[in-house]
Amino acid sequence: MYQYDSLDREILADRSAEFRDQVARRLAGEMTEEQFKPLRLMNGLYLQLHAYMLRVAIPYGTMSGRQLRKLADIGRRYDRGYGHFTTRTNLQFHWVKLADTPDILDELASIDMHAIQTSGNCIRNVTADPYAGATADEIDDPRIWSEAIRQWSSLHPEFSFLPRKFKIAITASARDRTVARAHDIGLMVRRARDGTLGFEVIVGGGMGRTPFIGPTIREFLPANRLFSYLEAILRVYNRHGRRDNIYKARIKILVSALGREAFARQVDEEWALVGEAGDLPDTEIARIRGAFAPKAFESLPARSEIYDAALADDPAFARFARNNLKPHKRQGYTIVEISLKAIGETPGDASSDQMDVVADLAERYGQDDVRVTHEQNLVLPHVKLEDAPAVHRALASVGLGTPNINLISDIIACPGLDYCALANARAIIIAQDIARRFADQDRAEQVGELKIKISGCINACGHHHVGHIGILGVDKKGEEFYQLTLGGSGAEDAAIGRILGPALPLDKVTDAVDALVEVYLRERQGDERFLDTYRRTGDAPFKEAVYAETH
Amino acid sequence: MPKLIKLEADGFIEVDDPFTPVADDEALPDGDVILSLTRFRAEGEGLLGQGRRMGVRIEPSEEVEALTRDLPRLALVALSFPKFRDGRAFTSAHVLSQRLAFSGEIRAVGEVLRDLAGFMVRCGFNAFEPADGATLDQWARSVHSHRHVYQRAADARIPAFLERERVDRHGL
Repeated sequence: MYQYDSLDREILADRSAEFRDQVARRLAGEMTEEQFKPLRLMNGLYLQLHAYMLRVAIPYGTMSGRQLRKLADIGRRYDRGYGHFTTRTNLQFHWVKLADTPDILDELASIDMHAIQTSGNCIRNVTADPYAGATADEIDDPRIWSEAIRQWSSLHPEFSFLPRKFKIAITASARDRTVARAHDIGLMVRRARDGTLGFEVIVGGGMGRTPFIGPTIREFLPANRLFSYLEAILRVYNRHGRRDNIYKARIKILVSALGREAFARQVDEEWALVGEAGDLPDTEIARIRGAFAPKAFESLPARSEIYDAALADDPAFARFARNNLKPHKRQGYTIVEISLKAIGETPGDASSDQMDVVADLAERYGQDDVRVTHEQNLVLPHVKLEDAPAVHRALASVGLGTPNINLISDIIACPGLDYCALANARAIIIAQDIARRFADQDRAEQVGELKIKISGCINACGHHHVGHIGILGVDKKGEEFYQLTLGGSGAEDAAIGRILGPALPLDKVTDAVDALVEVYLRERQGDERFLDTYRRTGDAPFKEAVYAETH
Repeated sequence: MPKLIKLEADGFIEVDDPFTPVADDEALPDGDVILSLTRFRAEGEGLLGQGRRMGVRIEPSEEVEALTRDLPRLALVALSFPKFRDGRAFTSAHVLSQRLAFSGEIRAVGEVLRDLAGFMVRCGFNAFEPADGATLDQWARSVHSHRHVYQRAADARIPAFLERERVDRHGL
């Protein structure tokens, strides 16, 4: 894991001091709310329906046990004993006081964490594969490039007041766990025939009210030219992105208006002018690479007696292993997914007590490494098979043993109208209701991989566009209605879902999902997932089942 | 005369602003003036011969490259922040100071706030008309509030990745 040096720490300390001064000036009335707003947003501080919300950056979703324990501590002291993990792999505290925020930022700085650029029209936290360094098929470790981008983009003097927010994702695996094609920039690590490391560069994907699967503007960018190329993209966007309409200000609108070829040409022209002066020296990449050097894994046998015995004797563990353990690149190890989707709970929420337990487990069994996924779950990427039963027991004892990764109850939901000032409808209650309907784990496993994603408004923080089943809350004359979309995907087969039909009232949504599942179970062939069946059959049978009553 | 904060080789100073900004429909006063790009294009050629110093104000929607041929004869280019959240002037300043190698005054005008002073200096601005009443001291403190920077920019500051190499090499 990357360790901050004194420079990184002093940058954080200075930023924290600067924000303390800004808060003091705001509280003293020396600054208007309009002037303060972008400054507090640059430090992750939102004003929500009931209180201030502080969004803490978890760079590329990676943290240590010590860091997670401090987050738990902050949740206890400054919030209501919990935090909410988001689809950008950040952590939100929903109930903080403005006057406390400088102290919270100092607390964060004490463990090399911050809230810089978790909001505002700047370059946000980079999303990287949560299995980085643990999955067998990755070409390079995406955390190296994520950390380099974190540094390059932090307090960037030219690109901190962009037309709109800017999000970058990096994946180095054939299985995309980052939704790279729905980001402002998606970087997919590639290796050329001659062995050169590079990136396929995708620009202009996104969700929101105008969803796009981003086009590739460069098939292969040599890795050592990454930063000059990013500078070129950002400069073209900063100059030419629309600023007259907040809903048309993302880079996806610029790319779509110009067309992929014309946009790529503009970037190339700018790139030629930037030249190699814009690149990071190889020595710096090497320094960062060193920080992510492969862990010293033990040589273990492929099978573990303890693990096999637990599989045979403990059905709960066997179920957990089936759904939540993923293959590790080293034999004798496994990747443990920790579901934050306990049935009936708020997706992504974790109590301070739960965070403490995960921190302990990471330190004791997991090489002190915790990841956050964009699907709002946690990951212990390096656990020995023989330790998996103990890890499961500890997790289950605090309500973290839910064996539902990638199943129908593993739902993404934004905070929705329960917290968010932008929302039109509640999202959490829908997630909870669907999860309860499918609480029978046998049935959930029979249904298999099914990704439901729920957003409380068109801004799509709940990623509904890329849900196999997407659910979007809309407001109809003061009542909460929900529009269903089918066929979306945030994986390597990325796609935007299609609207199924008229929006449904709150009390009909779970029945509709149930009806969709029944159609799938009836229609599926072989080992098709819900998504595969839908893609083969199209809308018709699903539409008929959901809207049968109204026909 | 209105006050102006300038960045000189040895730090920030406060000076009387010798330039008069002139609106497009305003009669031209004597002395040093700042014109819009439109007016400069219409009248600039004649005025440059009059022995007065000229400045041109560039709006965010205008490309600073439009001035390329005229830069050697201009004393200053004013880059406008109609709203402080409009970040296009940062790129204009970068292009002006780096790519076009303009060595005259690059002035921030409009909603110029001390909280953005550090970014402005890093992008190549060297003169400022604060809109928030910031004093010289407050302005300078804001610019110097960060001991390190992560990235190269238009200023001479050493980015963190080079500072680290120095520390490694010299054990400082």
